[in-house]
Amino acid sequence: MQDAAQYTLEEAGADTARLVLSGRLTLANIGPIEPELKRITGPLSSIDLAAVEEIDTVGAWVVCRLAREHNCDITGASEAAERLLAAMRGIDAGGGTRARRLPVWERVPMALGEKVYGARRGIYGVVGFFGQILLGGASLIRHPARFPIKALVHQMELVGVTALPIIGLMSFLIGIVIAQQGSVQLEQFGAESLTVNLVGRITLRELGVLMTAIMVAGRSGSAFAAQIGTMKLTEEIDAMRTIGVSPIEVLVIPRILAATFMMLLLGFYASLMAIIGGAVVGDLTLGIPFVTFLLRIQEVVPTHDLWVGLIKAPVFGLIVALAGCYHGMQVRGDSEEVGRRTTMAVVSAIFAVIVLDAFFAVFFTEIGWG
Amino acid sequence: MAGDIHQEDANFPIVIEGLVNRFGDVTVHEGLDLKVRRGEILGVVGGSGTGKSVLMRSIIGLQRPSEGRIDVLGRTITELDLEQGIGVRRRWGVLFQGGALFSTLTVGENVEVPLRKYYPDLDQALRTEIARYKVILTGLPEDAVAKFPSELSGGMKKRAGLARALALDPELLFLDEPTAGLDPIGAAKFDRLTRELKETLGLTVFLITHDLDTLYEICDRVAVIAEKKIIAVGTIPELIATKHPWIEEYFGGPRGRAAHDAHLRSQE
Repeated sequence: MQDAAQYTLEEAGADTARLVLSGRLTLANIGPIEPELKRITGPLSSIDLAAVEEIDTVGAWVVCRLAREHNCDITGASEAAERLLAAMRGIDAGGGTRARRLPVWERVPMALGEKVYGARRGIYGVVGFFGQILLGGASLIRHPARFPIKALVHQMELVGVTALPIIGLMSFLIGIVIAQQGSVQLEQFGAESLTVNLVGRITLRELGVLMTAIMVAGRSGSAFAAQIGTMKLTEEIDAMRTIGVSPIEVLVIPRILAATFMMLLLGFYASLMAIIGGAVVGDLTLGIPFVTFLLRIQEVVPTHDLWVGLIKAPVFGLIVALAGCYHGMQVRGDSEEVGRRTTMAVVSAIFAVIVLDAFFAVFFTEIGWG
Repeated sequence: MAGDIHQEDANFPIVIEGLVNRFGDVTVHEGLDLKVRRGEILGVVGGSGTGKSVLMRSIIGLQRPSEGRIDVLGRTITELDLEQGIGVRRRWGVLFQGGALFSTLTVGENVEVPLRKYYPDLDQALRTEIARYKVILTGLPEDAVAKFPSELSGGMKKRAGLARALALDPELLFLDEPTAGLDPIGAAKFDRLTRELKETLGLTVFLITHDLDTLYEICDRVAVIAEKKIIAVGTIPELIATKHPWIEEYFGGPRGRAAHDAHLRSQE
């Protein structure tokens, strides 16, 4: 069987040799002999292909390259081989297939510089985006008939109503954990009854709203970025602009209003669910009856704790929606960008929410709502 | 063993018998038969939604037909486990509509992917050279090799996709609307390239198209899909002679006549 490609060197005159190739010069068979052919150093007078059974572009390429390197003729090529050789001649395929990479001492400073410029562009972008939204809002106030009420209701349903089960369950479990773990610690001081204070105050002030904001960022902020980003890619946004419909008015403002308003309700709802979770633990393990737990909450939690939560919630909602819509509108190029921007929307929203929460905590304590 | 290897019909690399494709209640193909001859460029035409792409996907094993039998290069695709290496994959190349290049790899690396998959023992230097000459062979400039797909225009993406389809020196080439979205000059160049490659490399080409110029200029035969079947296969004059109303409308419309006239002029 002549399956594999083979080669022999024959003497041909003084110091020169004739390379005789045989068998199948194809992609599947040429692999083993190709490195050896490359190592042939002696001057070649010609390359003979008369004994070649089959040849494809890879074989033709290797033969062509050899002929060029040794500056010799090719003989005995069949008609098909001749066609392939003709196609391969004149192609110079030196060089690599990798994208060019800069050396590390250039790459790192350049990446850093681009990051700095990117950050500046980001700040400009966010401020500009916020300005666009204010302008859009102003023009909607002047032309209330244009207000996208349907889109707003739809977004409210998506952001708020459909989030009820997951946020309820999450908050309920958080309430249970706080009550159960808190009571274990408070027991050491004989102050289990303070579990009520702990659960009531921490959920209304902090955790109810904060966890809800994180959940909404993951559920709705990402959805905003992905939806708007995809519409950007499919040129829907451009189509809107050419028709004279403002994407800020029809896409961004309903989402922002929906997220801001729904966060308010969801934050309150989450706090309630957490308190119920705490009350269940109180009833089952601390011997505080369910109703007593709820009545105690009323006594020990100052009303301003509720206000702290309710003031923070819409701000967090606004931030989540802004991040989602902003990153969605920034999508350019390919589908990979949608994924990248969606991630950025969620990460930056959660980060901003937590930073702002820290400011709020200090602020409210300073004004005496401690 | 699933997928018996029977005697390959040397004259017909693709044989389709009684193909039925159903999606829920919608029947796309109902008893479709087709034989593709070795060494020809077969154009496949049909109205939108008549299942041209579904037919191609069935042949290359991306879509399991409801019924029927498809033999490609002597293997019965319809009986093979599609996830398994079905042995014929390295003998065909596919150009998808948008090029379907892997976006995280450069053009050259895209061409190297099938080489790496099927010939891992090949010398890396040779693999790189193969990738580069394939790219150049499809008429792309040399510096396109190290570019990412996002840096290329639509026409260049198609050429790069073709380079990847040709990476393994296939016997069969599937082209899904290769000239769609190209300007007339680019489309004509792509047609010429297809023809040249077919003649140089001895390919059999299965070509889905809406482009009448492509049909006139490079196709040896044309298959018409309508009424869930291949209603006719043949050269364009043979098709017109069938007097089928859809075919008459297709080739007799203003675009069909213009393409015909252009074809006559180019032959003079």
